[in-house]
Amino acid sequence: MSDPKTLFDKIWESHLVDEQDDGTCLIYIDRQLIHEITSAQAFDGLRASGRKARRPEANLCVPDHNVPTTPGRGGTDEIEDDESRIQLETLEKNAAEFGLPYIPINDARQGIVHVIGPEQGFTQPGLTLVCGDSHTATHGAFGALAFGVGTSEVEHVLATQTLIQRPAKNMRITVNGELPFGCTAKDMILAIIGKIGTAGGTGHVIEYAGKAIEDLSMEGRMTVCNMTIEAGARAGLVAPDEKTYQYLKGRPMSPKAGAWEQAEAYWRTLSSDEAATYDKEVVLKAADIAPQVTWGTSPEDVVAITACVPSPEDFDDPAKQEAAKMALKYMGLTAGTPMTEIAIDYAFVGACTNGRIEDIRAAAAVAKGRKVAAGVTALIVPGSGLIKEQAEEEGLAAILIEAGFEWREPGCSMCLAMNPDKVPPGKRCAATSNRNFKGRQGADSRTHLVSPAMAAAAAVTGKLTDVRDLD
Amino acid sequence: MQKFTTLTGVAAPMDMINIDTDMIIPKQYLMTIERTGLGKALFFELRYDADGNENPDFVLNKPAYRDAKILVAGDNFGCGSSREHAPWALLDFGIRCVIATSFADIFYNNCFKNGILPIKLPAEDVAKLLDDAMRGANAIITIDLETKTISGPDGGEIKFDLDDFKRHCMLNGLDDIALTMENADKIDAYEANLKTTRPWL
Repeated sequence: MSDPKTLFDKIWESHLVDEQDDGTCLIYIDRQLIHEITSAQAFDGLRASGRKARRPEANLCVPDHNVPTTPGRGGTDEIEDDESRIQLETLEKNAAEFGLPYIPINDARQGIVHVIGPEQGFTQPGLTLVCGDSHTATHGAFGALAFGVGTSEVEHVLATQTLIQRPAKNMRITVNGELPFGCTAKDMILAIIGKIGTAGGTGHVIEYAGKAIEDLSMEGRMTVCNMTIEAGARAGLVAPDEKTYQYLKGRPMSPKAGAWEQAEAYWRTLSSDEAATYDKEVVLKAADIAPQVTWGTSPEDVVAITACVPSPEDFDDPAKQEAAKMALKYMGLTAGTPMTEIAIDYAFVGACTNGRIEDIRAAAAVAKGRKVAAGVTALIVPGSGLIKEQAEEEGLAAILIEAGFEWREPGCSMCLAMNPDKVPPGKRCAATSNRNFKGRQGADSRTHLVSPAMAAAAAVTGKLTDVRDLD
Repeated sequence: MQKFTTLTGVAAPMDMINIDTDMIIPKQYLMTIERTGLGKALFFELRYDADGNENPDFVLNKPAYRDAKILVAGDNFGCGSSREHAPWALLDFGIRCVIATSFADIFYNNCFKNGILPIKLPAEDVAKLLDDAMRGANAIITIDLETKTISGPDGGEIKFDLDDFKRHCMLNGLDDIALTMENADKIDAYEANLKTTRPWL
């Protein structure tokens, strides 16, 4: 009998093309998602060396980072910002020249790469999937080995359908029990990052397991895997199960009848062997998790909403103390202030972390019968055109608009300030995105990462709020 | 890709943890479709004030470090976004080597594609190099990739580790894609096999 293997080991071994004596491997990459920011130089590289795309149909191109989200936005040619328009036109031209599938801005299927991959059935269990974007970790929710790469590697995959890699180490995070009322997948992953730190998973692939993970919807699992990179690991994994197959069945790029049965039988082999061992193990109790909110400028700067802003002296490590001092100064916060007393100017529900239908439902449930507080700008940005349509059909958009939220077109929006949606200098935002780095949402913007329900709660009260306390 | 054999130069100390790629190059410089010219935007928000003037306190603006070729930094350097613009900006500025206690995986990998050598060292070695780096132009450091050695200004030597394949590619300035293309028959064989093992793809 062969050695017990983890899910990561199984996917890795099934994609091995070559292995050198020093352990350097050539692994096959099944699929690649491509967006406008990290691809132009890769296509230039192909042209300069006279290379073609090896398997054009293994790629899917869509613009997301730069696109305006203003209602009624037109096609690429109507984008006002010259640099953004040139990047979109460049992607469109490159996709056509190399024969790659491309979804344009004004197509209902357009959206954030990490939302539309699963939505189109492009993402499937057991695949290797890459994208020039660190949040490619998201697709691990389907039991795919998915990770972000740089532009040179985008070019490498286009040219060869492979990557030169060394195997990662195995890490397992088990979340036992049930999440308490008012807590979501977002709170779970923020709590995990708070526990292990932003470098806690470096060099590893993190497999998530335990009842609290199994209980999550596919959307919730995507939220957890999405922020795996914020814990330092390039990829997160959840073993596929009935929920996974149910989600994928009938999607445009999912295996069709006939092939489906064969694919599903294969997917059912994709779980870690019981006796498999891990280089690192972390176990959490879901019941201990409260709604989370970040206070600083790194995702590991996180506390429960019931806590106060920490003091630099609370940390043992001098480097961490120094970082906390700088973070408090940047965030304009005083140690000891209860988190629930921090007033906000903006609320943002969206991004590849939380721009899915379940997230919009959670925001609408809070918004129903309430109003966005005076002085607060609140944006709801669906992760794709199809999610937008679904939310409109479910009546969620009407509830949110009635409550005073802005209802936007799909895109990365206010997560990263590469499009017109920015948080102005000195302003504070409760955001469902994944990074609270300095200047992330706009120069000198201040970000507090939260779940969709918590962002909506902050929007209606005007301050960071424990969603469990709303009447 | 430019070869990396030895490098001699001034090392700039950046004693901070979690230096993320947004900090190395902010998003407004990601709108380019070129790889070059990003050096002016390196560490933009630390380097310039709101009016675009140089912040005199930032290390790379100090006379001793304006031509630094090496950075010495704290834990988790290069975390966050996968943007290869970060190593492109470092390279365009003239930084060919970053020394830190740990690196984020994607950034670490991206460095090798651009002839930048990231060196992981234990905390006590990094602390020593930070001390050396504080002495600016009086503390020239030499990195020899062949022997995997860092020579400090006072004759001290520090050994570092790097896998043989990465070292070989850096020493010879090899193009990864051309190397992989030499395995084209193996990729063909894998794909042929795929038609029976996972035909739905």
